Amino acid sequence: MAKQTPLFDAHIDAGAKMVDFGGWDMPINYGSQLAEHQQVREDAGMFDVSHMTIVDIQGAEATEYLRYLLANDVAKLATPGKALYSAMLNEQAGVLDDLIVYKMVDGYRTVVNCATREKDLAWMQQQCAGFAVEIIERDDLSMLAVQGPQAIEKATVALGKIHGPVANQLNPFQGLASEDWFIARTGYTGEDGLEIILPATAVVAFWARLLDAEIKPCGLGARDTLRLEAGMNLYGNDMTELTHPLESAMAWTIAWTPEDREFIGRAALTEIKAEQAYGKLVGLVLEQRGVMRTHQKVHLSEDGPAIGELTSGTFSPTLQQSIAMARVTGTIKDSCFIEIRGKMLPVKIVKLPFVRNGKKQFD
Amino acid sequence: MSNIPADLKYANSHEWVRLDSNNIVTIGISDYAQEKLGDVVFVELPDDGAEILAGDSVAVVESVKAASDIYTPVTGTVVEVNSALEDAPEQINTDSYEDGWLFKVKISDPEELLDLMDADSYADQCAEE
Repeated sequence: MAKQTPLFDAHIDAGAKMVDFGGWDMPINYGSQLAEHQQVREDAGMFDVSHMTIVDIQGAEATEYLRYLLANDVAKLATPGKALYSAMLNEQAGVLDDLIVYKMVDGYRTVVNCATREKDLAWMQQQCAGFAVEIIERDDLSMLAVQGPQAIEKATVALGKIHGPVANQLNPFQGLASEDWFIARTGYTGEDGLEIILPATAVVAFWARLLDAEIKPCGLGARDTLRLEAGMNLYGNDMTELTHPLESAMAWTIAWTPEDREFIGRAALTEIKAEQAYGKLVGLVLEQRGVMRTHQKVHLSEDGPAIGELTSGTFSPTLQQSIAMARVTGTIKDSCFIEIRGKMLPVKIVKLPFVRNGKKQFD
Repeated sequence: MSNIPADLKYANSHEWVRLDSNNIVTIGISDYAQEKLGDVVFVELPDDGAEILAGDSVAVVESVKAASDIYTPVTGTVVEVNSALEDAPEQINTDSYEDGWLFKVKISDPEELLDLMDADSYADQCAEE
């Protein structure tokens, strides 16, 4: 039996088509993925992301522990409200998961992926020996993402007198507690918006208020096309335990300084970096009809050998053409070929992201 | 429940066939099939005048989710294709039996129509999937 979020009935009422997603019954769309995508790019949409795993890290040595556990450095988070994105690596520098860390008044809040929940929790427990920390999974909480150019304005109305002002004062990539709620100006769509963590007991009523504020429900289908347009990695596709951050467009998330900070995977990563023999993630655009799909092969020339494969591919509703991310080795310049349904099609290589704040980002 | 009009014939690969006149049929994909595919973004149609054999893959309907081959349930000559789908592929989602039709065939073997399913049999097949 698949797990359900408290909003299961609300999704059905809104006409959701439900699918299994990492052991959870989740809405893939509420009719049209394309319409939901556009809703987020042009106005405001909301996603139930309560399947994601929220883990609080508390205790006297929470900072020391996270500085050891994560490739990015939580010491950068000077004050409560600041957030950062990080990889959690194994000793070989393989990406166990990607996550976001918020600094709170009493410790840290992390949000990790749903499909990796058990592995992550076991790893976090295993690595905490010797640190005075408490690792607390918050399955008493639900999480909604409200995204789009109108998201904050509309959500502020729904958040009401107590939580609304908190949402309104947030800078991008900041998150603050508001009583037992937590409101962050973060997301996975390339648009402005909020991620709201709240007691599971309050989420059904809050969802109804967001609907009243004319924020439309959007499914995980639109979430995927939005994040790929925004050039954001999907764990399990674009990086896995078998790939390291340097070949996953995540070099910017590794905090090499201070040099005396030991973090899991640092030694392996240092060697990998010195050897310089790894691939990279690139963005691809198909300028003719057709859709690039995950695992299709990348070739440098029409009759040459494969130099990599697509880690994510889809149709971009904003650009009305297919976009993809691919991991390739060797030198690759402006174009390459993708084998699609038995044909070699030329594609253009572009810098990520493809779309930001509703606008195309490449020529 | 998807819409399965009683006056059409169906192939087990989810195409529908409508007999328009003596020997001309219109072909499309069922409401059930478009729902499974999700938002359609590209359609590749056969050439007007193409000679096609029952069971051949003659068209592709591509959605955000997947590319799907379309098999002609009948043998004959393509006499018209729905070129409106080039600019408005979403018509397959909104109206798979009317505006979302794919192509018309002048059939060479009317007996092939007898091999296709009626609405009830097709509904049973969909229920089992």
